[in-house]
Amino acid sequence: MRRAVIFVLSLITWLLLALPIDIVAWEIHWANLIAGIFASLIVALLFDEVFIKEHARAVNPLRYLWFLIYVPVFAYYCILANIDVVYRAIHPDMPIKPGIVKIKTDLTTNSALTALANSITLTPGTLTVDVDFENEENILYVHWINVKTTDVDEASEIIAGRFEGLIRRIFE
Amino acid sequence: MSEIIGLTLVSIGLLFDFFGCFGLIRFPDVFNRLQAATKCVTLGTCFILVGTFVYLGPGAIGIKALIALAFIVVTTPTAAHAISRASHAAGVELDESTVVDKYAEEKD
Repeated sequence: MRRAVIFVLSLITWLLLALPIDIVAWEIHWANLIAGIFASLIVALLFDEVFIKEHARAVNPLRYLWFLIYVPVFAYYCILANIDVVYRAIHPDMPIKPGIVKIKTDLTTNSALTALANSITLTPGTLTVDVDFENEENILYVHWINVKTTDVDEASEIIAGRFEGLIRRIFE
Repeated sequence: MSEIIGLTLVSIGLLFDFFGCFGLIRFPDVFNRLQAATKCVTLGTCFILVGTFVYLGPGAIGIKALIALAFIVVTTPTAAHAISRASHAAGVELDESTVVDKYAEEKD
Protein backbone atom coordinates (compact mmCIF):
# COMPACT_ATOMS: atom_id res chain seq x y z
CA MET A 1 0.00 0.00 0.00
CA ARG A 2 2.71 2.42 0.96
CA ARG A 3 4.67 1.41 -2.14
CA ALA A 4 1.60 2.15 -4.25
CA VAL A 5 1.36 5.67 -2.81
CA ILE A 6 5.03 6.33 -3.55
CA PHE A 7 4.62 4.89 -7.05
CA VAL A 8 1.68 7.17 -7.86
CA LEU A 9 3.42 10.27 -6.47
CA SER A 10 6.62 9.54 -8.44
CA LEU A 11 4.64 8.90 -11.60
CA ILE A 12 2.79 12.22 -11.22
CA THR A 13 6.12 14.00 -10.80
CA TRP A 14 7.45 12.26 -13.90
CA LEU A 15 4.35 13.16 -15.92
CA LEU A 16 4.76 16.82 -14.97
CA LEU A 17 8.51 16.88 -15.58
CA ALA A 18 8.75 14.92 -18.81
CA LEU A 19 5.25 15.54 -20.24
CA PRO A 20 4.89 12.25 -22.14
CA ILE A 21 1.26 13.12 -22.90
CA ASP A 22 0.88 16.06 -25.28
CA ILE A 23 -2.35 17.72 -24.16
CA VAL A 24 -2.67 20.05 -27.16
CA ALA A 25 -2.20 17.46 -29.91
CA TRP A 26 -3.51 14.61 -27.68
CA GLU A 27 -0.59 12.38 -28.43
CA ILE A 28 1.07 9.91 -26.10
CA HIS A 29 4.82 9.31 -26.30
CA TRP A 30 4.84 5.68 -25.24
CA ALA A 31 8.60 5.27 -24.81
CA ASN A 32 8.69 8.24 -22.44
CA LEU A 33 5.66 7.02 -20.49
CA ILE A 34 7.01 3.48 -20.09
CA ALA A 35 10.39 4.80 -18.95
CA GLY A 36 8.50 6.86 -16.34
CA ILE A 37 6.59 3.83 -15.10
CA PHE A 38 9.84 1.87 -14.74
CA ALA A 39 11.58 4.75 -12.94
CA SER A 40 8.63 5.14 -10.54
CA LEU A 41 8.62 1.38 -9.87
CA ILE A 42 12.32 1.47 -8.96
CA VAL A 43 11.77 4.48 -6.67
CA ALA A 44 8.80 2.76 -5.00
CA LEU A 45 10.82 -0.41 -4.40
CA LEU A 46 13.94 1.35 -3.10
CA PHE A 47 12.47 4.09 -0.93
CA ASP A 48 9.78 2.17 0.87
CA GLU A 49 11.10 2.84 4.37
CA VAL A 50 12.34 6.42 4.10
CA PHE A 51 9.54 8.30 2.44
CA ILE A 52 6.13 8.37 4.15
CA LYS A 53 5.68 6.93 7.63
CA GLU A 54 1.89 7.02 7.71
CA HIS A 55 0.76 6.27 4.18
CA ALA A 56 -2.94 6.25 5.12
CA ARG A 57 -2.76 10.00 5.61
CA ALA A 58 -1.33 10.59 2.14
CA VAL A 59 -4.38 9.15 0.39
CA ASN A 60 -7.02 11.16 2.26
CA PRO A 61 -8.39 13.63 -0.34
CA LEU A 62 -9.65 16.02 2.34
CA ARG A 63 -6.03 16.82 3.26
CA TYR A 64 -5.30 17.96 -0.29
CA LEU A 65 -8.39 20.16 -0.18
CA TRP A 66 -7.16 21.84 3.01
CA PHE A 67 -3.76 22.17 1.37
CA LEU A 68 -5.38 24.09 -1.50
CA ILE A 69 -6.89 26.48 1.07
CA TYR A 70 -3.58 26.72 2.88
CA VAL A 71 -1.65 27.84 -0.23
CA PRO A 72 -3.40 31.24 -0.75
CA VAL A 73 -3.46 31.94 3.02
CA PHE A 74 0.24 31.22 3.16
CA ALA A 75 0.98 33.27 0.03
CA TYR A 76 -0.89 36.24 1.53
CA TYR A 77 1.13 36.21 4.76
CA CYS A 78 4.32 35.54 2.82
CA ILE A 79 3.85 38.68 0.71
CA LEU A 80 2.97 40.72 3.83
CA ALA A 81 6.14 39.42 5.48
CA ASN A 82 8.25 40.45 2.54
CA ILE A 83 6.88 43.97 2.38
CA ASP A 84 7.59 44.24 6.13
CA VAL A 85 11.19 43.05 5.77
CA VAL A 86 11.79 45.24 2.71
CA TYR A 87 10.46 48.22 4.68
CA ARG A 88 12.87 47.50 7.52
CA ALA A 89 15.75 46.98 5.12
CA ILE A 90 15.35 50.27 3.22
CA HIS A 91 14.25 52.48 6.15
CA PRO A 92 17.17 54.82 7.01
CA ASP A 93 16.90 54.13 10.78
CA MET A 94 16.42 50.39 10.29
CA PRO A 95 13.62 49.87 12.86
CA ILE A 96 14.52 46.39 14.08
CA LYS A 97 14.24 44.94 17.57
CA PRO A 98 15.55 41.40 17.14
CA GLY A 99 15.50 38.58 19.66
CA ILE A 100 15.02 34.84 19.98
CA VAL A 101 11.75 33.87 21.67
CA LYS A 102 10.32 30.52 22.65
CA ILE A 103 6.93 29.35 21.43
CA LYS A 104 5.07 26.14 22.05
CA THR A 105 2.81 24.19 19.76
CA ASP A 106 0.50 21.22 20.22
CA LEU A 107 1.35 19.73 16.83
CA THR A 108 3.05 16.37 17.30
CA THR A 109 3.94 14.62 14.02
CA ASN A 110 7.24 15.26 12.30
CA SER A 111 5.74 16.39 9.02
CA ALA A 112 3.41 18.86 10.76
CA LEU A 113 6.27 20.35 12.80
CA THR A 114 8.40 20.67 9.68
CA ALA A 115 5.60 22.43 7.84
CA LEU A 116 4.99 24.79 10.77
CA ALA A 117 8.70 25.60 11.14
CA ASN A 118 9.03 26.29 7.41
CA SER A 119 5.87 28.42 7.36
CA ILE A 120 7.15 30.46 10.31
CA THR A 121 10.46 31.00 8.56
CA LEU A 122 8.76 32.37 5.44
CA THR A 123 6.33 34.70 7.22
CA PRO A 124 6.33 37.99 9.16
CA GLY A 125 9.78 38.67 10.55
CA THR A 126 10.31 35.26 12.06
CA LEU A 127 12.91 32.53 11.55
CA THR A 128 12.84 29.12 13.23
CA VAL A 129 16.17 28.40 14.93
CA ASP A 130 15.47 25.10 16.66
CA VAL A 131 12.74 22.59 17.45
CA ASP A 132 12.78 20.86 20.82
CA PHE A 133 10.68 18.56 22.94
CA GLU A 134 10.24 19.60 26.55
CA ASN A 135 7.76 18.83 29.34
CA GLU A 136 5.65 16.81 26.89
CA GLU A 137 5.28 19.82 24.62
CA ASN A 138 6.93 20.73 21.37
CA ILE A 139 8.96 23.91 21.64
CA LEU A 140 10.14 26.10 18.79
CA TYR A 141 12.84 28.73 19.20
CA VAL A 142 12.09 31.56 16.83
CA HIS A 143 14.24 34.53 15.86
CA TRP A 144 11.90 37.51 15.66
CA ILE A 145 12.97 40.68 13.88
CA ASN A 146 10.58 42.88 15.88
CA VAL A 147 9.95 41.33 19.32
CA LYS A 148 6.48 42.29 20.51
CA THR A 149 6.31 40.02 23.56
CA THR A 150 8.56 37.53 25.33
CA ASP A 151 5.64 35.67 26.91
CA VAL A 152 5.50 32.10 25.61
CA ASP A 153 1.72 31.89 25.15
CA GLU A 154 1.28 35.31 23.58
CA ALA A 155 4.21 34.78 21.22
CA SER A 156 2.83 31.36 20.25
CA GLU A 157 -0.50 32.92 19.37
CA ILE A 158 1.03 35.73 17.32
CA ILE A 159 3.60 33.65 15.46
CA ALA A 160 2.10 30.18 15.07
CA GLY A 161 -1.62 30.72 15.74
CA ARG A 162 -2.63 31.54 12.21
CA PHE A 163 -1.12 28.38 10.70
CA GLU A 164 -1.59 25.76 13.40
CA GLY A 165 -5.24 24.98 12.63
CA LEU A 166 -4.69 24.52 8.91
CA ILE A 167 -1.48 22.53 9.31
CA ARG A 168 -3.16 20.21 11.81
CA ARG A 169 -5.89 19.49 9.27
CA ILE A 170 -3.35 18.82 6.52
CA PHE A 171 -0.66 16.79 8.26
CA GLU A 172 -2.07 15.29 11.46
CA MET B 1 -1.60 40.01 -22.58
CA SER B 2 0.12 37.08 -20.90
CA GLU B 3 3.44 38.59 -21.96
CA ILE B 4 2.70 41.81 -20.08
CA ILE B 5 1.55 40.02 -16.93
CA GLY B 6 4.49 37.63 -17.08
CA LEU B 7 7.06 40.38 -17.48
CA THR B 8 5.41 42.43 -14.69
CA LEU B 9 5.67 39.43 -12.35
CA VAL B 10 9.33 38.90 -13.30
CA SER B 11 10.00 42.60 -12.62
CA ILE B 12 8.33 42.42 -9.18
CA GLY B 13 10.41 39.33 -8.46
CA LEU B 14 13.63 41.09 -9.41
CA LEU B 15 12.66 44.00 -7.16
CA PHE B 16 12.14 41.68 -4.18
CA ASP B 17 15.41 39.90 -4.94
CA PHE B 18 17.18 43.25 -5.05
CA PHE B 19 15.75 44.37 -1.70
CA GLY B 20 16.59 40.98 -0.24
CA CYS B 21 20.24 41.49 -1.15
CA PHE B 22 19.98 45.04 0.16
CA GLY B 23 18.77 43.76 3.53
CA LEU B 24 21.45 41.09 3.48
CA ILE B 25 24.08 43.82 3.40
CA ARG B 26 22.40 46.28 5.78
CA PHE B 27 21.14 44.10 8.62
CA PRO B 28 23.51 43.70 11.57
CA ASP B 29 23.93 40.01 12.40
CA VAL B 30 23.64 36.51 10.92
CA PHE B 31 20.04 35.96 12.01
CA ASN B 32 18.68 39.25 10.72
CA ARG B 33 20.54 38.74 7.48
CA LEU B 34 19.07 35.28 7.11
CA GLN B 35 15.62 36.82 7.51
CA ALA B 36 16.22 39.07 4.51
CA ALA B 37 17.96 36.34 2.53
CA THR B 38 15.26 33.71 3.04
CA LYS B 39 12.06 35.72 2.82
CA CYS B 40 12.74 38.25 0.10
CA VAL B 41 14.83 36.01 -2.10
CA THR B 42 12.33 33.14 -1.86
CA LEU B 43 9.39 35.34 -2.75
CA GLY B 44 11.36 37.15 -5.44
CA THR B 45 12.37 33.89 -7.07
CA CYS B 46 8.80 32.60 -6.79
CA PHE B 47 7.54 35.68 -8.58
CA ILE B 48 10.12 35.19 -11.35
CA LEU B 49 9.13 31.52 -11.77
CA VAL B 50 5.39 32.31 -11.77
CA GLY B 51 6.12 35.05 -14.29
CA THR B 52 7.95 32.52 -16.44
CA PHE B 53 4.95 30.20 -16.21
CA VAL B 54 2.53 32.98 -17.23
CA TYR B 55 4.81 34.18 -20.02
CA LEU B 56 5.46 30.78 -21.59
CA GLY B 57 2.13 29.12 -20.83
CA PRO B 58 1.60 25.61 -19.45
CA GLY B 59 4.17 23.96 -21.72
CA ALA B 60 7.23 21.91 -20.86
CA ILE B 61 9.21 24.86 -19.46
CA GLY B 62 6.29 26.52 -17.66
CA ILE B 63 5.42 23.41 -15.67
CA LYS B 64 9.09 22.86 -14.79
CA ALA B 65 9.13 26.41 -13.44
CA LEU B 66 6.23 25.56 -11.11
CA ILE B 67 7.99 22.39 -9.93
CA ALA B 68 11.15 24.42 -9.24
CA LEU B 69 8.96 26.84 -7.24
CA ALA B 70 7.66 24.02 -5.02
CA PHE B 71 11.19 22.80 -4.32
CA ILE B 72 12.47 26.30 -3.52
CA VAL B 73 9.62 26.96 -1.08
CA VAL B 74 10.39 23.71 0.75
CA THR B 75 14.20 23.85 0.76
CA THR B 76 15.05 27.52 1.45
CA PRO B 77 13.54 27.73 4.96
CA THR B 78 15.10 24.38 5.80
CA ALA B 79 18.52 25.66 4.78
CA ALA B 80 17.98 28.89 6.74
CA HIS B 81 17.01 26.84 9.77
CA ALA B 82 20.17 24.74 9.47
CA ILE B 83 22.41 27.80 9.09
CA SER B 84 20.84 29.71 11.99
CA ARG B 85 20.98 26.71 14.32
CA ALA B 86 24.57 25.94 13.37
CA SER B 87 25.70 29.53 13.84
CA HIS B 88 23.99 29.72 17.24
CA ALA B 89 25.64 26.47 18.28
CA ALA B 90 29.00 27.72 17.01
CA GLY B 91 28.68 30.76 19.26
CA VAL B 92 28.05 33.47 16.70
CA GLU B 93 27.14 36.55 18.72
CA LEU B 94 23.84 38.32 18.26
CA ASP B 95 23.77 42.01 17.50
CA GLU B 96 23.74 44.56 20.35
CA SER B 97 20.18 45.61 19.53
CA THR B 98 18.94 42.10 20.39
CA VAL B 99 16.44 42.32 23.24
CA VAL B 100 16.08 38.69 24.27
CA ASP B 101 17.74 35.33 23.61
CA LYS B 102 15.59 32.62 25.14
CA TYR B 103 17.51 29.96 23.22
CA ALA B 104 20.80 30.71 24.97
CA GLU B 105 19.05 31.04 28.35
CA GLU B 106 17.34 27.67 28.08
CA LYS B 107 20.30 25.80 26.66
CA ASP B 108 22.73 26.80 29.42
